[in-house]
Amino acid sequence: MTSLPKTTQKKLGLVTDLDICVGCHACAVSCKEWNAGGHSAPLTDSNAYGKDPSGVWFNRIHVYETDDGQNTRTVNFPRSCLHCEQPACVTVCPTGASYKREEDGIVLVDAEKCIGCKLCSWACPYGAREYDADDGVMKKCTLCIDRIYNENLEESERQPACVIACPARARHFGDLGDPGSEISQLVERRGGFALMPETGYQPVNKYLPPRPRKETAGDTGTTDHLEAAEDAASGDSFFHWLDKALSR
Amino acid sequence: MDPAYSVILFTSSSGAGYGLIAWLAFTRLSGMWQLSPMAAVVACLVALVLITTGLLSSTFHLGHPERAWRAISQWRSSWLSREGVFAIVTYPAALVFTAGWVWTAIPQNIMNLAAAATLALSLITVISTGMIYASLKTIPRWNNHWVVPVYVALSIASGGLLFTIALAVSGAANQPTLILMVAVLLLSWSTKWAYWRFIDRQEPVSTPGTATGLGHLGKVNQLESPHTSENYLLKEMGFTVARKHATRLRRMALNFGLLLPGIFLVLAGVSDGMAQLVLLAIGMGLGLTGIVVERWLFFAEARHAVTLFYGRSL
Repeated sequence: MTSLPKTTQKKLGLVTDLDICVGCHACAVSCKEWNAGGHSAPLTDSNAYGKDPSGVWFNRIHVYETDDGQNTRTVNFPRSCLHCEQPACVTVCPTGASYKREEDGIVLVDAEKCIGCKLCSWACPYGAREYDADDGVMKKCTLCIDRIYNENLEESERQPACVIACPARARHFGDLGDPGSEISQLVERRGGFALMPETGYQPVNKYLPPRPRKETAGDTGTTDHLEAAEDAASGDSFFHWLDKALSR
Repeated sequence: MDPAYSVILFTSSSGAGYGLIAWLAFTRLSGMWQLSPMAAVVACLVALVLITTGLLSSTFHLGHPERAWRAISQWRSSWLSREGVFAIVTYPAALVFTAGWVWTAIPQNIMNLAAAATLALSLITVISTGMIYASLKTIPRWNNHWVVPVYVALSIASGGLLFTIALAVSGAANQPTLILMVAVLLLSWSTKWAYWRFIDRQEPVSTPGTATGLGHLGKVNQLESPHTSENYLLKEMGFTVARKHATRLRRMALNFGLLLPGIFLVLAGVSDGMAQLVLLAIGMGLGLTGIVVERWLFFAEARHAVTLFYGRSL
């Protein structure tokens, strides 16, 4: 049913730290690797080794440059499904193939019901849905539903593939509906934000902003260290006298 | 947005079909014109063929056309589903209405009821088509209050051009009627003109800054794309037409959709018989061409929010 659940028991989602993401694409590759054999398999590639390759990916890594007129910054930016609380991709679906799970808030596509009309991809502002022309159905991030509940995996492995793959630990997984959870606390502490909040889709996934840049020596704390060292040195009266005498 | 031919054909063909049958139903209910039953029944059948061609062509772009029947199940939340439901519900009413022109076994009150239902359901179906587009917040050039009126108006206008031929065959295409049709054309295309004026002045709410949440750091530019070649998102949602071409195409749509059919309607007003019929047929052909250009442009001019992530603006 494409009508949305009033509330979900959990709000499982991801938090991506834009301060430490190094843009290595490991999360995207790991996602592709796992999901090519997972719930929505296969993730078709066409002309993979040709001049103009294309294919279905659930995770895409952009690189942005911000420019405030004085300074520029490079920000690596992984983009995937945000498992919105108000997912228009679900409500526009004419067949009931798209749905939001009541138990954990994950947005999924039932490939058996999807007619491949593509309207859901038009309704998503985040580009989370990619059409598989070979299968004739829409595909999207499943939040690795076949990992996170998979009892055949070690408990530490029951996380989305992208989270496990990240070498910088820039990706976190958890229940964003529980204010006491580790991931919610992280969002709280770091001022995590939602993408395009003005459109009202209320993404569950959040991003952590890049920390303020350290632009002068003082910002790094160097001056404080030096002063402390000088103060410590001044305690020794002989060397203090010698320093003064020689500085004259 | 990618202007898929199947969707353009669908909305212009079924739009004209619903418009035509709405005119015929209105004629039946108001008694404004005397149609020969044969002309009326043929016109109804033409309308049904146009509607059916449109609906069938809309299934061509589906990945699984054999599952299309599922699309009528989610009418509670989806305008696409509602459109399917209304399109299907229109058929029985329209079929009774079509048959009633020649099949005298159908009582008058049933015929009138069928006409009223056909009129209402045709317009509701066209409104639903418009709402599929107007309900998408991701595309500001569609998500506004002009889209549905334009869909309804152009359906009535294109159906009206077809209707004049039924009138001419019945010998009812007199001067006041043809002047009325020119007025209908003018009124319909003025809603489109208002739409263009609106989208040209629209200020986008979302920017690459709000999409990425990095706006507070300054202007956000894409330094590196996630992929080296085009992907589904850019093919489907990234299609845009250059502004100078858009201006030329708008003029072309107005010329074909309004100006030329208007001239032919006036010429038909001062002629009769076969000459009148030919003039009206040419006007109709030009008018429908104008609708197709307009529909192509409706897609090509629309910009999708996902392109913000690729550093474009709405």
